[in-house]
Amino acid sequence: MPEPKPVEAGAPARRVRLEPLMGTVITLDLRDAAVPTAAADSVFAWFHEVDAVFSTFRSDSEISRLSRGELSESQCRREVREVLGLCEEVRQLSGGSFDVRHGGTLDPSALVKGWSVERAAGLLTTAGARNFAINAGGDVLVRGEPVPGQPWRVGVRHPEVADRVAAVLGVRNLAVATSGAYERGRHIADPRRGGPASGPLSMTVVGPSLTYADAYATAAFVMGDDGAGWVGGIGGYEALAITARGTTVSTPGIAALIVP
Amino acid sequence: MPYRAAVTLAATAAALMLLLSFRTPPSTSLLPAVATPTPSASAATPAPSATPSGAPPSGGASPTPAATQTPTPTPSSTGLKNGTFTGSAVSNPFGNVQVQVVVAGGRITDVKALQYPTAHAQSAYISSIVVPELRTEVLQAQSARINLISGATYTSEGYAQSVQSALDQAHA
Repeated sequence: MPEPKPVEAGAPARRVRLEPLMGTVITLDLRDAAVPTAAADSVFAWFHEVDAVFSTFRSDSEISRLSRGELSESQCRREVREVLGLCEEVRQLSGGSFDVRHGGTLDPSALVKGWSVERAAGLLTTAGARNFAINAGGDVLVRGEPVPGQPWRVGVRHPEVADRVAAVLGVRNLAVATSGAYERGRHIADPRRGGPASGPLSMTVVGPSLTYADAYATAAFVMGDDGAGWVGGIGGYEALAITARGTTVSTPGIAALIVP
Repeated sequence: MPYRAAVTLAATAAALMLLLSFRTPPSTSLLPAVATPTPSASAATPAPSATPSGAPPSGGASPTPAATQTPTPTPSSTGLKNGTFTGSAVSNPFGNVQVQVVVAGGRITDVKALQYPTAHAQSAYISSIVVPELRTEVLQAQSARINLISGATYTSEGYAQSVQSALDQAHA
């Protein structure tokens, strides 16, 4: 490959790795030249392990066996118990809008993706990485900056026009998660009412932890028009809802993150 | 072996992250879509605050509509040289993606898909829908400069990486 001519002076090298995983694509964008590629290998090995343990599409996963009653929770590995504990915490906080046991099956996918990305970020940080982004099928966690002095620019997918973004957020050391009715293979049910959730077309949550941002986005999406306000009441998290009326509803802190 | 399809590359040019969506492009009467709001737009139309007490009224004091401005094209200080550049072929779960990028006047003027998944009827159908969408996205993204996208159904990083490798040649 020919040596690329930098667009901006001092722009660091960029390493991108992506793999189809967890029913989506996970992308790592690593900007620290000094971090060995082995760190990226360990991150993707972790994601493969998570997929094997938590996949609801694999009948032999621990989650599937737990769901069928072949295992008890105490027989599951520590990570499974940790995730289920986090799910229960968000269920209570959301008044049941987030419920991974809804419908008689167990499906913690709405929290596992964000949780696994956060753990992956911890592996990278331990390996010395300071500037990177991970995108797990639209759930985004960024650390540091893509180039010195600039935030990561995270587009929020337009809920009705797939090749457009509705807004761009400039973020550093933050998580961005979006739940939407358009998501393939993910029809978000409302555990309180039974049927599919109505309300906004998409709900984006921004905050320090992707574990919680991911789960809060699902819960707030189910809550509908009340969802953004609910997120706003949780310290440190902001929400941006795009409604079917063609409007946006957001918490006050979102405006400061929107970049041109 | 699609599940071994890891792609590693080094690049310094602006990232293009693109989207694949497995649904028919919408027709009319949609929420206005923009690549990015202009600086004046974001300042002039701040997002309204949500009221914890409940739903915003559908009429009356309605929230500000999502930004409706069109993106401001950036001047052609892209450092791209004119010509036609062929990107690398990149594997994805459905097949290979390879594109050719045409640069004129320092800007990307066209993206041609040389290869895209057609092995199965469903793949061919999806490709026929999304490839034109992705082309539009590339043409817009050169001014949008987005690193990542939240809320993607399926991210067509393969397409993006092929475009990126073509742009690396345009910068060389």
